[in-house]
Amino acid sequence: MSTLVIAMVGPATSVQDAGRYGAQRYGMTPSGAMDPLALAVANCLVGNPLFSAAIEIGPLGATFSARDGAVRIALAGAQRSAKVGQDSIALHESFILAEGDSLTLGATRDGVFSYLAIEGGGVKGEPTFGSLSVNARAGLGSPYPRPLQVGDELQVPTASLANEHAIIVPARPEGPIRVVLGPQDDEFDDDIVQLFLRSEWKISGTSDRMGYRLEGPAKILHRYGHNVVSDGTVNGSIQVPGSGQPIVLMPDRGTSGGYPKIATVISADLGRFAQIPAGRGLRFKAVSMQEAQAAARAMAALLRDLPNRLREPSGLALDIEALQNANVAGVAVNAIDAGTWQSEPSPDHQP
Amino acid sequence: MAAKLSPPRILPSGDAAITVEFSRQIDDEANRRVLALDRLLAKTPIDGISETVPTYRSLLVHYDPVRIDFDTLGGKLAALAQQASTQDVVARRWRVPVTYGGEHGIDLEGTAKALNLSTEALISRHAAPTYRVAMIGFTPGWSYLSGLDPSLELTRRQTPRLLTPPGTISIGGVQTGIQCIAGPSGWHLLGRTPVRTYQLGRDPIFLLEPGDEVKLYAIDARQFAECERAAEHGEIVAELVAR
Repeated sequence: MSTLVIAMVGPATSVQDAGRYGAQRYGMTPSGAMDPLALAVANCLVGNPLFSAAIEIGPLGATFSARDGAVRIALAGAQRSAKVGQDSIALHESFILAEGDSLTLGATRDGVFSYLAIEGGGVKGEPTFGSLSVNARAGLGSPYPRPLQVGDELQVPTASLANEHAIIVPARPEGPIRVVLGPQDDEFDDDIVQLFLRSEWKISGTSDRMGYRLEGPAKILHRYGHNVVSDGTVNGSIQVPGSGQPIVLMPDRGTSGGYPKIATVISADLGRFAQIPAGRGLRFKAVSMQEAQAAARAMAALLRDLPNRLREPSGLALDIEALQNANVAGVAVNAIDAGTWQSEPSPDHQP
Repeated sequence: MAAKLSPPRILPSGDAAITVEFSRQIDDEANRRVLALDRLLAKTPIDGISETVPTYRSLLVHYDPVRIDFDTLGGKLAALAQQASTQDVVARRWRVPVTYGGEHGIDLEGTAKALNLSTEALISRHAAPTYRVAMIGFTPGWSYLSGLDPSLELTRRQTPRLLTPPGTISIGGVQTGIQCIAGPSGWHLLGRTPVRTYQLGRDPIFLLEPGDEVKLYAIDARQFAECERAAEHGEIVAELVAR
């Protein structure tokens, strides 16, 4: 075994896997990766089962050091600089972090969460309900039942002699985030539903793993008032509290909620939505159930196909940072404020 | 009798869950039908369903859209809902100790005043009913109880508290409930129970099931401290009542 030492880290960085399912009927929040596809891509690159526990890294910089042996890792998800010493590390390519070396990640340039997967099955720990995912509010997760802090040490397998891999993943669709209306869209007048769909929204800086708050010029008011009876929630439920500013529920959501839910982000678009930085504008688009379920099947097919997409690494030392600067020029938003990625419970999340 | 039942609404909760809604309000009969459908699905599983979440008025059914589509599953659920018999929901009955007021229930006096009752009357009315666990949700073990005396209804606080203690017994609107782990709440805090409705490493991890009946009884702060110590060591502290 080797040790991965957390030498520097910001908030919103934690161990995550597919999440903790099967006990939502007892109020057990699922947690799990905010961007499941990025988690799967990172794991695939190091030969792991796709939803092995990895490190989900929030928008600020972080440094990880290998001790007691080399570690093979891979990064996927948000765009950010990654360096070992002076060498730039490519996204979507496995590499070995030699004993004593440190991987330093910059703040995200686009996107919110990165996934650092570790060869040999990922982070080791004691699962609860089949998952190592951190759920800080419930004190769950392993090896630490909380976000990672400086000085934490993760026991990880030592790198094998396997070859390195790169992967070609199709570009994510652009455009509006697709939703299926309901389950409580009839709590809103038709023109209010249209207003919700027509408006440009921004992700609020007070968003977190429980929910992304939307800010916009429009107030989404309910027909009957907002004190509806609690019922079940899913990842992507768009609930509308009395303020009229919707909240999209994310994997650390409460399993039930008492606000009307106007629509639900389709499962295939949730990871893409999770990667939208605070301050960035977005729109929603209502799609049919047929389209939503076809997208879900396409996502499942893409996940199944990931191992077939592995390639030999190009060997070219791309200047990823320069490339990213070129790619995102004009759209990069400085979303990143340490105070915004807090784990404090907020008044809109309550029974 | 089954023919008289109005069919539930089959509502999409995205592409991977269906809300089977029996009522828009808190409605005892609707909740019984939710639990009956939940029990029937446990007995006769449908391929593709991953888990179910019973709530006051609806059953949330999570499923894998790769294995079954919305229309097919929705049709099956609507048919099963008509077959599910509320007679089949066998409930256990628990006695759950509560310390009302003082440091354990900081809103007891304010709530009594708001309801125009003495604290004694509030306690006796709150402890009188046999409640039913209508649903468990929000955070692990948070048990929503139906059957609150209508004279105790009180709108939630304007400003929710960010942290309320584990075991809190509180009132919010027409609802009352047992909170297990510390967390935010806008409800009125009447007391605390040493009973842990959720405890890792204990068998069972989750004490209450939706549909279980709960009778509360008052204990003093000293008894609370004793029970709290026992609960820390994995004792259940609540009593299962023979029926």
